[in-house]
Amino acid sequence: MSEIITPSQTVGPYFAYGLTPKGRLKWDPDGTYSWKETIGDNLITPDATGEKIRIEGQIVDGDGKPINDAMLEIWQADAQGRYASPYDSRRPNTQFKGFGRSAVNPNGEFGFSTIKPGSVPGPNGKPQAPHIGFCIYSRGMLRQVYTRLYFADEAANATDQILSLVPADRRDTLIAKKEVQGDTVVYRFNIRVQGDNETVFFDI
Amino acid sequence: MSLIYPRESLSAYPKHLSPEYKSTVKRSPSKPLILMPHTLSELTGPVYGHDVIQEGDNDLTKQGKGEPLGERIIVHGHVYDEDKRPIPDTLVEIWQANACGRYVHLVDQHPAPLDPNFTGGGRTVTDKNGYYKFITIKPGAYPWGNHHNAWRPNHIHFSVFGHSFLSRLITQMYFPGDYLFPFDPIFNSVPDEQARLRMVSSFDLDNTIPDWALAFRFDIVLRGREATPLDTDKH
Repeated sequence: MSEIITPSQTVGPYFAYGLTPKGRLKWDPDGTYSWKETIGDNLITPDATGEKIRIEGQIVDGDGKPINDAMLEIWQADAQGRYASPYDSRRPNTQFKGFGRSAVNPNGEFGFSTIKPGSVPGPNGKPQAPHIGFCIYSRGMLRQVYTRLYFADEAANATDQILSLVPADRRDTLIAKKEVQGDTVVYRFNIRVQGDNETVFFDI
Repeated sequence: MSLIYPRESLSAYPKHLSPEYKSTVKRSPSKPLILMPHTLSELTGPVYGHDVIQEGDNDLTKQGKGEPLGERIIVHGHVYDEDKRPIPDTLVEIWQANACGRYVHLVDQHPAPLDPNFTGGGRTVTDKNGYYKFITIKPGAYPWGNHHNAWRPNHIHFSVFGHSFLSRLITQMYFPGDYLFPFDPIFNSVPDEQARLRMVSSFDLDNTIPDWALAFRFDIVLRGREATPLDTDKH
């Protein structure tokens, strides 16, 4: 007999002090939050190898209005396709953790600095196309929603087993478009929580 | 040890769309979620250990120059998986309103005083037995705009990691016997009564410290069960 799990409840509008103290500065540049940030939006460690990238996007609701109080968390493998978790036996030997948290600004925009992940094993041992897991939390969400970011410039998307579960006409919502801005490679990943062109969310 | 994460367990969760809580109407997916197998990407998750915690991070009464106002309380408990095995070394983060029901957040305009000695943020890591403890101030109730005369029951927000991205949980801890329970659409978004009670702490006289602070026990159960040989065959 297993235990009933503790139900999820909304993160609400006031999580900044506890979860994203630096993210609050996007709202209040003069704010003085002394609480040290544990989990931020820059995942890059000095010893991590691989291509440095930016992930940027905007999150909007069913009316297309920016969600200005969301929090996004990402989880990804390193450039060699290894997760920094005891459940991945090929654990990385660098400090790269692969986990990040971003608040949004008043326009619903978020961003991460990270390393482009490598391919990780998928069902039946076949490799998955490189991807990043996203969990989204906000006021008005009683539980997080889970989605994945895939990279537009990866040929492996065509044969990815998880992407192939998604109806072809909705797959585009999971593909981040590549933009080169000076020396910076940016992958743009906009999230529409509801409505036309709604982002695909997964039941996990 | 390999863990599985049965989807049936999620029946304890609220639905994404819960119209009594009005903000869910435009912020819930309208299309069916895509069922997908759990791959290494979901079965793994970050580990945050004692390296990210500073001494005193779990004592919210010691973050200012003086003591915060309000009722000092101890909030403690264990983090378990669905087999009731303790989850050691996992990060627990909390945030909450002060004793007057006001958050340190510029969006919170409730006309109740801020407390210069209370921020409401805390964090700790469970020990080898999955045990955590916070010292804080009992949060006040506060009004919100969901409907006429809407007030949130006293609560503390909890964020917990567990073994993987699948066990990641953000929830709220409530206090026993709150008279606002029947009127709160967020609390009542959880359909099953037994599951709702999971979110309610219990008064803990045994751990109440005489002449100092009441204690409340709040155990947290995260997704995750040990795979049986039969389950393993299916994967």
